[in-house]
Amino acid sequence: MLRLPGFRVASPTTIAEAVAALAEPGARPIAGGTDLLPNLKHRLGAPTVLVQLSRLPLRDVEVRAGALCIGAGAVLADLAEHPLVRAHAPSLARAAGLVAGPTLRNLGTLGGNLHLDTRCRYVNQTPLWREALGGCLKSHGDRCHVVPGGQTCVAALSSDCAPALVALDATLTLHGPAGARTVALADYYCADGTAHTGRAAGELATEIRVPLAPGPRRETYVKWTVRKSIDFPLISIAMRFDLADDAVAAPIVAARVVVGALASTPKLVRKLDALRGQRLDDPATADAIAAQVGAQCKPLPNLPYDADYRRAVLPVHVRRGIAALVAAGENHG
Amino acid sequence: MGDGGVIGRAHRKVDAVDRMRGVARYADDLKLPGMLHGRIKRSPHAHARIVSIDAAPALALPGVHAVITGADLPTPYGVIPWTPDENALAVTKVCHVGDGVAAVAAIDEDAAIAACDAIRVDYEVLRAIYDPVEALAATDVTINPYARAGNLSKHVDLAFGDVDAALAASPLVVAEEYFFEGSTHAAIEPHCALATVDGGGVLTVWSSTQVSHYLHRELAKVLGWPAHRIRVIQPPLGGAFGGKSEPFDLEFCAALLAIRTGRPVKFLYTREEVFLAHRGRHPMAMRYATGFDRDGHITAVDARTIIDGGAYSSFGLVTTYYSGQLLGAPYRLPAFRFDSTRAYTNKPACGPKRGHGSVQPRFALESQLDQAAVELGLDPIELRRRNFLGADTRTVNEFAIGSCGFLECLDRVEAASGWKARRPALPHGRGLGVAGSTYISGTNYCIYPTELPQAAVQITLDRSGRARVFTGANDIGQGSSTMVAVIAAEELGLDLADIRVIAADSDLCPVDLGAYSSRVTLMVGNACLAAARALRAKVVEVVAARWGIAPGQVSLVERQAIDQTDPARRVPLTEAFHWAEAKHGLLTAAGSYDTPRDRHGAYRGGTIGASPAYSFTAHVAEVEVDVATGEAQVIAVWAAHDCGKALSPRIVEGQIEGSVYMGLAEALMEAHTVDGAHGGVVAAPSLLDYRLPTALDTPAIHALIVEHPDAQGPYGAKEAGEGPLHPIIPAIAAAIYDAVGVRLRRTPFGPPQLLAALQARAAREAAGALAPHKGRALAEVR
Repeated sequence: MLRLPGFRVASPTTIAEAVAALAEPGARPIAGGTDLLPNLKHRLGAPTVLVQLSRLPLRDVEVRAGALCIGAGAVLADLAEHPLVRAHAPSLARAAGLVAGPTLRNLGTLGGNLHLDTRCRYVNQTPLWREALGGCLKSHGDRCHVVPGGQTCVAALSSDCAPALVALDATLTLHGPAGARTVALADYYCADGTAHTGRAAGELATEIRVPLAPGPRRETYVKWTVRKSIDFPLISIAMRFDLADDAVAAPIVAARVVVGALASTPKLVRKLDALRGQRLDDPATADAIAAQVGAQCKPLPNLPYDADYRRAVLPVHVRRGIAALVAAGENHG
Repeated sequence: MGDGGVIGRAHRKVDAVDRMRGVARYADDLKLPGMLHGRIKRSPHAHARIVSIDAAPALALPGVHAVITGADLPTPYGVIPWTPDENALAVTKVCHVGDGVAAVAAIDEDAAIAACDAIRVDYEVLRAIYDPVEALAATDVTINPYARAGNLSKHVDLAFGDVDAALAASPLVVAEEYFFEGSTHAAIEPHCALATVDGGGVLTVWSSTQVSHYLHRELAKVLGWPAHRIRVIQPPLGGAFGGKSEPFDLEFCAALLAIRTGRPVKFLYTREEVFLAHRGRHPMAMRYATGFDRDGHITAVDARTIIDGGAYSSFGLVTTYYSGQLLGAPYRLPAFRFDSTRAYTNKPACGPKRGHGSVQPRFALESQLDQAAVELGLDPIELRRRNFLGADTRTVNEFAIGSCGFLECLDRVEAASGWKARRPALPHGRGLGVAGSTYISGTNYCIYPTELPQAAVQITLDRSGRARVFTGANDIGQGSSTMVAVIAAEELGLDLADIRVIAADSDLCPVDLGAYSSRVTLMVGNACLAAARALRAKVVEVVAARWGIAPGQVSLVERQAIDQTDPARRVPLTEAFHWAEAKHGLLTAAGSYDTPRDRHGAYRGGTIGASPAYSFTAHVAEVEVDVATGEAQVIAVWAAHDCGKALSPRIVEGQIEGSVYMGLAEALMEAHTVDGAHGGVVAAPSLLDYRLPTALDTPAIHALIVEHPDAQGPYGAKEAGEGPLHPIIPAIAAAIYDAVGVRLRRTPFGPPQLLAALQARAAREAAGALAPHKGRALAEVR
């Protein structure tokens, strides 16, 4: 059996206590543990103390000050079913409901999912395996096996919820020794698979805020994996369309498409301004978006699946996601 | 049959409640006082000479009791006695990433891991070869330390009839190349072994093995410890599927470390170690040419196969024979030649996985038949009917076939799937495919030469009205303990709950060769039947004498002995057993079974693959193909299997469903591959990355039992555990062709492979080289 390394556990009951506990060198927060513990069994990290977050009051979901506010400790299974999330952020509810399998969703939290470590076929392995490989940028080595000659780790962002929340212009609040700060999630991730979030040492993510839609909207999250359960995303696309009227035939006011499972950050697809005024139910709209996604998003051989295939079908899944929104008509969300 | 009325009813497995309640004690649940934990240090190199091993830093750590290396266990072994070519721990060199080089026993697992990390091994890295063709051609690298012919592990070349002439005269010859990817067993329970030595010098090894007897023999040989002072016990198993059918490093290491330390020592593989131990399905590259006359009759089959064996032989000698020898039915092959070559490569060794050696060639042959049916304009079921070999006959390679319900299997799947009406009507993207197969019910010859019987069972009746059945058979979840209980209950008129099965403990049970090659129901069943009938005769004789009637007039049924001439006259079996014990003394009987020796070929290798009886199977698979993504979804599978006689139909259905699931996984997802570009690691050694279908990915499976009793089997029973796996892979391939007009000749049929094939077809359609399939151009659908 794979064994965990030794560590201590702290169980704070307030955010202040948690921040204080996280100040210890080598401390790491643990929420559901569904990502951290398997990684520690693979000896990817050796924390001195795990700061357990389950006793913190971070599970509330409410609408406050024009935003859907979700505690970072809210459990994914609950979010997938929560009436407020389904009403105001249906693509997030969908993403949360597609993470892993039912047992893991009962443990995993939204904060944890946003901080899921990046994944790579050359990293998420045992020490023996990585020794046989000779190491890599993220694991006791100096070269990248995904991008030969690459100097930056391109391990994949594997969170299902991050692309959905970036597409919804969500913000993240963190508490640290210097107090609280709030950042746009779109600016939170960085292109370095070894340290891909803006969370400073000692900081704790506490709340996610999703601004309420200013008007009619259609949004979705598309995930594809080989199997219908368990897996991390191989294709991950979040799409949001603000409409002039509450109908799929109404003109598009704003469009935001975010693709995950590429490198270490969620990728915001550019050059979608021309869609303004177009109709969502016009097949040319879906084709135009799919073409931009195909041109701007290049899946890498970082995940354990055929990268060329993922590239080939990424636009197909974009078109299908839009088609499903159109087919749902007014019964969205 | 007996009078019991037990055979053929739906039974709950004798161990079902313990398993469902979670109280079954698997090997890793066993804990002994003072027990130490073992761990094996494994090689990070695919091919290297061991220069030196320094265990001193490990031994200096707290809690470390002992370290052993290959020098402590230098005797090579192998489950096939002709090919002992591996060591418990590497002696001079390592041959794949994960080969064991040292083993430790320590106070707990953490101390054992720290000790392994502290052992220093110096290697001289050697060139590693991952491709079997390259390995066979290499003259500068010999992979296996005991190899006798370079990197050639085994070559078999057998011909029956004039294949070249038959092919030359055939109006249609289908010639294609196929590749079957390697796959592993993925039993949920990882391998585990616990060993201890008692005060009398008896070494006891509990192991999650499916072949206790071969483990017993090899332990004696490698340890130099007399067999009569070794006891092997198999606890309940969490699946095996062929992956536990030979000795593994952990059993030898646990035993030697228990001897050295005087304390019990337990080893439990990590999931990664299960992938490294492997012994899974061999990758096979197959070139097949099959000739047909204008009516679709096969004229000849010519097969050439390269088998990627990995670093050791395992069962590879047999695999190489099976890759051709098991193709002789259910179709008549007027001429047949196969040339199979197994090569050593620097990978975890391949071995027997459910349907050992014949799943891969069956995919090739059935795919040839499907292609021929299309080219000849014949219904693929009709083409198979025309080539039916028949019952009570011999195959081209001289194996005697007894009962054969293959035609009924075809009829059943044809009717159940609505083949005739639905297949022509299915739209583009949707298809039905059919395939057939045969499999052995054990092999006529044991792995080692012997005159001794293949199976034996002992039964004792006790004064409380129960029967104790002692069998060496390994119940690996397939239900062998239930099978013997059903037979004993049937013959003795007892309830299933009255039968206590004591299995797979070498101190208590007669020898059985183990759970492999689907031998247990036929062989152990026959032995059990003989023992039960001998006991029944004793009881019936005493009762008949008391009642003054003929023994043939006494029935044993529902815990009673009944006078058939006067059914009102009856006595509880408990009392009848007392009468019999008063006369005969303790009521005990033994039954043995040995195989017939006249049902195989009279040529070198002609015994390998010959079985007392053969099962037959036909599948129809229904598939929906998404032409834009290349995803093939299996909607439903109809699986008809001739098991001779279903002693316990619910278990037979379970075996059929499990087989279909396992084959479907190989068809669509599985790939046990080694990444030669990255140090020779196993590419996906976890159940996250080595994808197996979840319940959501598994179609409706309709298990259809066909019963053509065979004279060789107990009550006519043949095997049901492996045969039903074979047809699903070619049936899915054929259904994909029916749906979208592309032939997939490499497994797995994953979305990347299918999408590439669809794109190639679309290009040919666009160029005018192909007419649209089912009238629908691919460019249009995409």
